[in-house]
Amino acid sequence: MNRQQSTALTPWLLAGPALLLFLGVVLVPLIMTGMLSFHDFSTSKGIQPVFLLKNWEEVLTDSYFHEMFARTLRVALWVTLACLVLGAPEAYVLSRMSPQWRGVFLLVILGPLLISVVARTLGWALLFGGQTGLINKALMGAGLIQSPIPFMFTETGVVIALTHVLVPFMVLSVWTALQRVDLATENAAQSLGASAFTTLRRVVLPQALPGMLSGAIIVFALAASAFATPAIIGGRRLKVASTLAYDEFLNTLNWPLGAAVAVLLLLGLTATIVGSNRLVERRWAQVFQ
Amino acid sequence: MSFLVLEGLTKRFGELTAVDDLHLKVEQGEFISLLGPSGCGKTTTLQMIAGFVQATSGRVTLEGRDLLSVKPAQRGLGIVFQSYALFPHMTAAQNVSFGLEMQKVPKVEREQRVAEALALVGLSALADRYPRRMSGGQQQRVALARALVIRPRILLLDEPLSNLDAKLREEMQIELRQIQRTVGTTTLLVTHDQSEAMTLSDRIVVMNGGRVEQVARPHEAYEHPASPFVASFLGKTNVMAGRLTQIADGPRVAVGDGHWPLAQTSPNRWSEGQSLHVTVRPEKISFVSGPVCSLGGEVRSRIFQGNHWLFQVDTACGPMTVIRQNDGSALPLEGDRVRLGWPAQDMQLRAESSAS
Amino acid sequence: MRRNGALALAFHTAFVIFMLAPIAIVCWVAFTPTGFLSIPVDEFSLRWFKAIGRYPEFIDAFWNSVGLALTSSVLALAFSVPAALALARYQFRGREALTALFLSPLMIPHVVLGIAFLRFFTQIGLSGSFTGLVVSHIIVVLPFAMRLVMAATAGMDRSVEHAAISLGASDWTVFRRVTLPLILPGVLSGGVLAFIQSFDEVTMTVFVAAPGTMTLPVRMFLYIQDNIDPLVTSISACVIAITAVFLWAIDRLYGLDRLLSGHGRD
Repeated sequence: MNRQQSTALTPWLLAGPALLLFLGVVLVPLIMTGMLSFHDFSTSKGIQPVFLLKNWEEVLTDSYFHEMFARTLRVALWVTLACLVLGAPEAYVLSRMSPQWRGVFLLVILGPLLISVVARTLGWALLFGGQTGLINKALMGAGLIQSPIPFMFTETGVVIALTHVLVPFMVLSVWTALQRVDLATENAAQSLGASAFTTLRRVVLPQALPGMLSGAIIVFALAASAFATPAIIGGRRLKVASTLAYDEFLNTLNWPLGAAVAVLLLLGLTATIVGSNRLVERRWAQVFQ
Repeated sequence: MSFLVLEGLTKRFGELTAVDDLHLKVEQGEFISLLGPSGCGKTTTLQMIAGFVQATSGRVTLEGRDLLSVKPAQRGLGIVFQSYALFPHMTAAQNVSFGLEMQKVPKVEREQRVAEALALVGLSALADRYPRRMSGGQQQRVALARALVIRPRILLLDEPLSNLDAKLREEMQIELRQIQRTVGTTTLLVTHDQSEAMTLSDRIVVMNGGRVEQVARPHEAYEHPASPFVASFLGKTNVMAGRLTQIADGPRVAVGDGHWPLAQTSPNRWSEGQSLHVTVRPEKISFVSGPVCSLGGEVRSRIFQGNHWLFQVDTACGPMTVIRQNDGSALPLEGDRVRLGWPAQDMQLRAESSAS
Repeated sequence: MRRNGALALAFHTAFVIFMLAPIAIVCWVAFTPTGFLSIPVDEFSLRWFKAIGRYPEFIDAFWNSVGLALTSSVLALAFSVPAALALARYQFRGREALTALFLSPLMIPHVVLGIAFLRFFTQIGLSGSFTGLVVSHIIVVLPFAMRLVMAATAGMDRSVEHAAISLGASDWTVFRRVTLPLILPGVLSGGVLAFIQSFDEVTMTVFVAAPGTMTLPVRMFLYIQDNIDPLVTSISACVIAITAVFLWAIDRLYGLDRLLSGHGRD
């Protein structure tokens, strides 16, 4: 119940500081970045505060950029798929464990989310190396392959490492959805004669689906905007949207172009996320409420 | 003038009128119950007196001074909430002492009054215990002590016993009444339990749909309900269709195959043939032998309920409920044909066309 | 509790190995006795841990990260608590928009935030400063803190506050003596999560940090870009160890899944 005694001003006063902070430090910089993307840049004169569509033309029409964005999209889609295939079943397995084991494994699986992504990606760099990488050493030592499989500086390597970094989000999302599933519905299905597989397919899966979808949206967004992992595993030659923007900003110093890439990434992701959320909510409204 | 006066108190939520033009006068030291089904406006009325809901219109005067314009923190009322609302991070003693700290009562006096309040509710031994380690009944007493220790002008109780099991509730009702008599605080109780209201109150305010149906002492409201709603809400009642007929030696009320003389208290403004609602309490009906002042029927079921028997009897006027004390006297069995009799003055009559 | 079949357990084991392998190998290699990357099998040496002492830039970066995380998480809480109270308690127009605004940094790619802040700070003269860094981290971690504080506030029984008011407490007293103690677990966990997120943040910080305000993840990232050697594995192993201790403590006190999903207690 709300205190109608208090003036309508109170919530605004309480949220005021945070609001001012966000208006000043989030909206303003984003608008400035948007404006920056229209500026001109040259190595001799630096950034020229004019209004040009040059950068946008380049980003949208140049085949180099197309390739970069295609790669970003490709990687993000593969990572999302891998996370779905690996993370959703794992969440289900977890939900069927006895409480003490479940607690341990939740810690083991979700814990890495709090470990620095640099440390985790470093581990993949060690596993992936050509001659020195553990995976190749093991495979060659077992005689399964003759020459080392290239993982470093390949899209495959980036996908694998990103999957590792992001799959906990999928597990978390599906796990949370499964928490809301009434165990009794599974029992009800079995009492009505359904096999374990049918119960899974027709009772559990539909209820876990919203979790899988929101997990997929989160993973896709994070994979498309990933930076550290593609930078380390992909190296300087294999760029995605984020490392591209970084390059323009800190190496080439063409800030306006970098800004255009960043804004495009932001708009593309926002549209995808909002669109997917709307779609999911409309179709699964009753499950969400 | 009265201690607490509610005048024209009204609360509207958009289209919905939760409390409609409520008038009430409460004397000092009285125990009043606001009784009614959920949604009747009783809790909203309490909330308005407490200050957590703004009244749409009307006045509330306490000791002659306007209450509604005073901020809730300064109204000096003691409130026991339905969920008790004990501060979970404070012990019982700290909970009770909170209001005194707000009043800036000096420490020595504070500790003494807290001890007295806890002793009054019989919880001196639990002074240093936390709410989560207490039973529902104990929490409720701490909440009561916390509300009383500040010596409030009025004690407001919002369905305080509804979370307790039946036996505990009965015990608490008796204790609550004793405490209130000891301390003498004017008390307003909100409840949906009619037996609770009748046990505890000096007067009952029966509410329905935001309006007051009757304000009366429990016995009065029970025996002479002001409306069909009150009649059916307080205790059980039987409703039958009857008619006013004229016989040589005076007007009579015909119900089924029986007829009764018109009691002194019935209004004489009805004409012959007037259709009537007739209500009789189940405990006023007995099994008689003669055809005079009685209604014929057949026993459909009888249920033993401890100190009384509950009969369902099918009659020409529909099913009737009859309650007879378990005093060892012979009672009919299922399937028996019986005649139900009752004194004429125990019937409530209402013209059928009147507003119900 | 239904058991998992052999197939399910096999899958699960493979999954867990997949999750732990990179972390385990980093810790393992950190103990290598050689001067180059290799898996220590016969001999385990602490030489690369001791070597950290010879690289003050990493130690400085560590303390920078700690100070930064502490400052930004505390300040994020200072903004979040009143805002969360407003959003959870009051019905007012703009409430949904405000909530979306405060949670928006979760949806904005950190690359974009990094670029935006870099541009912004350069224009207003805060570029390369610690203040700028703190401000940028507050924005990034605030949603994490806010979600947990909101959950704690919404889950609180309001009638306790009414009881305090009826006993004569002013608004400030109600907040200080009743509300705050009851939402404290949520506030503290929000603070802890914010701290960890700030400590690990690299993508945005890479744009905003300057040589004088280098944080540990950024320093490690830049180092790895040029070469991967055992030094960075030993530093990573230390970071992993510290985080693991934190993790275990958080899980015992609060429950890791609840913390990360932002749903708060119950």
